[in-house]
Amino acid sequence: MFVLIVGAGRVGSALAKAALAAGHEVSVLDEDPLSHERLDVGGDGTWEDRGGLFTVGTALEMDALMEAGIERADTFVAATDGDNTNIVIAQIAQRRFQVDRVLSRVMDPARAAWYREQGLETISPTQHAIDMFRRALDLSEDSA
Amino acid sequence: MYVLIVGGGKVGWNLARELIDKGEEVTLIESDRRRYLIIEQELEHAVQYGDATELWVLERAGIQRADLVIAVTGDDEDNMLVCQVAKEKYLVERIIARVNNPRNLQHFKLLGIQPAVSATDLILRLIEHEVPRYGLVHLLALEEERLEIIELEVGSNAPAAGQKVADVQLPEGALIISVLRNGGGFVPKADTVIEAGDEVLLVLDPGLEDHVTPQFTSRG
Repeated sequence: MFVLIVGAGRVGSALAKAALAAGHEVSVLDEDPLSHERLDVGGDGTWEDRGGLFTVGTALEMDALMEAGIERADTFVAATDGDNTNIVIAQIAQRRFQVDRVLSRVMDPARAAWYREQGLETISPTQHAIDMFRRALDLSEDSA
Repeated sequence: MYVLIVGGGKVGWNLARELIDKGEEVTLIESDRRRYLIIEQELEHAVQYGDATELWVLERAGIQRADLVIAVTGDDEDNMLVCQVAKEKYLVERIIARVNNPRNLQHFKLLGIQPAVSATDLILRLIEHEVPRYGLVHLLALEEERLEIIELEVGSNAPAAGQKVADVQLPEGALIISVLRNGGGFVPKADTVIEAGDEVLLVLDPGLEDHVTPQFTSRG
C-alpha cells in the first residue's frame, strides 16, 4: 500500500514510521525541511535509507502534492497542525484524486463530527482527550 | 437582508460599513482580539469576536437566518470552509468568498464555492485591460451560463475591417454585441460596417477565442 502523510509533526512522523515498519510504501510532505529529522530518529540510518520518501512543500500546492505522489496514493493522511488545512486537503485528495482512504486530524470536535457526517473520515484528538478525562473522572456521556 | 461578513481586515470592515450605510443588517466576525476592539469602537454591536471557522461562533452570529455570507479573511482555507459550512450545513442561499492566492481558485471550485473573488486576479485583468498584450481582453466569464464576453481591437488590415457584421466569418456560438468607436458605443446591425480601430465586444461559448481572434487581428 502507498501511504501519503501530510504534516511531519509528532503525529504524522510517528504514523509514518509505523506505516513504514509495517511494510508499506510511505511518502511524507511537510513545508519545513527540518521536520525531516523527526523521521530519522529511532531507526537505523536516515528515513530515505529505510525506504521512506520526503517532499518539502505546502499542502495546498498541487505541484507539491503531485511530487509527493498523491496520484498513486492508496491512503492519504492529513496531519498538519491546522484543522482548516487538513479539512481542505482531505477533500482535495478525496474529490480530485479519488484516493481510496482519506483520514484527517481535526482538533475541533464539532467540525470533526460534521465533516464525518459528510463522509470525511476525521479523527479528533480533542474529543478523545475529553472522553478519556470523562472516563477517568467517572462522568457520564451526557453531562457535557 | 441579513449579511454575515467573516474577517475584519480592510476589505471586511469597509464592506460592513458600506452595507450598513445602505441599510442592510450586518454582523462582522473578527478573530483577532485587538482588531476586534478597534472595530467595535465604530461598529459597536455589529461586530463579534471569535473564530468563524468554529460552528458555535457562526451560530451565535445567527448564520441560520443569514441571506448572504461573505468570507474575506486573509486565509484561503478559512474562507473556503466558512463558505462550505454556510452553504452545506446552514443552507445559506448566497455566499461570496475572497481568494487570496489565485492558485487556490481551483480548490474553491472543487468545493463548489462560487463566486470566489480574487483581487490579484481582478488587478491582473485590469492590467490586461489597460495594457492589452494580445489585443484581447476578457471582460466577463459567466461560468454557470458557460458564456464569455471579450473585447477585441480591430487591426488595420484585419479580415473583418471594412466588412459588414453579417459577412464577418465567425464560428457558431460567437456574436458581435457592441462596437466602440470614437469614444462611443452602439449595438451593430447586420449591415453595420466594422472599421479598423473599432473595439468590438463579442459574446462567446467558452473556448472559441482562438477561432474568433484571427478575424480581428492584422494579418502578417
